Amino acid sequence: MAVPEKGVKLLDSWISPFGQRCRIALAEKEVEYEYNEEDLSKKSDLLLKSNPVHKKIPVIIHDGKSICESLIIVEYIDEVFPGKTNILPSDPYARSHARFWADFVDKKVYDSGSKLLKSKGKELEEANKELIGIFKTLETELGEKKYFGDDAFGLVDIAFAPFTSWFYTFEAFGGFSVEEECPKLAAWGKRIKERESVAKSLHEPSKVYDLFSEIRKKFVDA
Amino acid sequence: MATKQDVKVLGWSASPFVARARIALNLKGIEYEFLNEDLGRKSDLLLKSNPVYKKVPVLFHGGKPVCESLLIVQYIDEVWADSGLPILPADAYDRAVARFWAAYIDDKLPNQTPVLLGEADEATKAEALQQMSAALQQLEEVFEKCSEGKSFFGGDTIGYVDISLGSYLGWMKAMEKIAGIKLLDEEKIPRLVKWAERFCSSDAVKEVIPEVDQLVEFSNVLRAAFNAAASPSN
Repeated sequence: MAVPEKGVKLLDSWISPFGQRCRIALAEKEVEYEYNEEDLSKKSDLLLKSNPVHKKIPVIIHDGKSICESLIIVEYIDEVFPGKTNILPSDPYARSHARFWADFVDKKVYDSGSKLLKSKGKELEEANKELIGIFKTLETELGEKKYFGDDAFGLVDIAFAPFTSWFYTFEAFGGFSVEEECPKLAAWGKRIKERESVAKSLHEPSKVYDLFSEIRKKFVDA
Repeated sequence: MATKQDVKVLGWSASPFVARARIALNLKGIEYEFLNEDLGRKSDLLLKSNPVYKKVPVLFHGGKPVCESLLIVQYIDEVWADSGLPILPADAYDRAVARFWAAYIDDKLPNQTPVLLGEADEATKAEALQQMSAALQQLEEVFEKCSEGKSFFGGDTIGYVDISLGSYLGWMKAMEKIAGIKLLDEEKIPRLVKWAERFCSSDAVKEVIPEVDQLVEFSNVLRAAFNAAASPSN
């Protein structure tokens, strides 16, 4: 019987905001890991074996066992690697509150953002309105807090952080300004980049923009 | 020690999501007050306590609301960790696996229900049935692996995945009756069929999930209301 390989592997794709959540969490906990960039047009045997149900990244493989779904991975990382910080608070009510808002980001931001990136005309207008509405809801939740986790950078911050690199792209395609519509959210976006875990896991907004401009040229404007 | 006044569940009794909260509280032996939400009109309490989704269930504990059924179950498990038996596994990896399958269940099953019970064309309904059956087939394999020969996904006792899937059993049986389909097929998913009997007859569950005929009647009422609202005379 083969002995499972020790250590942490992350199967990921550079642009994935879900993968970035895992990278931020691993960095917060100062966990060393092996990063595997997956070609999603030609998925590796390892990915197909580690996530046979969804065949999606991110997946982390810890001592040979695979864990899938980004927020589940982040909670797992928090539980298994003590580190210097906690990603979830210890109080059950605060934990449920954090999970609720991380889940809200999961349910709303990617789908709405993707709609915006892929649409034009009336559809784009509606997608724009929807996304701004979602950002405003998040801004209300953030309020005057330093982070969504209050003083502590936590699960909701990690869930939403990767999308801050997409703000520029949303703004360019949608014709709005995050700073004008949601100044507190914009300020939070700048604040979190002061954390090393976030700074090294996020992309330059221009890189995200270049990628989606290419995709848009091919599929939307064509 | 929670008194009955401390813990309330806001919902309607036919909702499988509300059932999850109630089953979890029963497993922990926690008394609670059930606040019946009127389906026709969202109450001020609901709108105030779940302004984001305006949906049931909402759990109130000491006046503070917790929303989203699976988050409520996790909250119950954590707050009353010393009562009853654990709902989520102790090991972090096993917990991640349980959360994965609960998310899978929510991804695959609820979307098919309105299609199978509604007015969609035959092809669309056939596709929804296929999706649901495929998901149940997958869960049959998961059960075989997770249960390790024991009675539930959680082992000897009802756990997180049991609650996530089991809460739908009432509606699955109702759909079989209403739509004339077979979901809990002894030939295709024998282990799950037996698990379903065990789950539904357990003390924590038996008074929570309504009888099939009640759900069929409920579905008829819902459909009539929906059709009335859509009728051109309105």
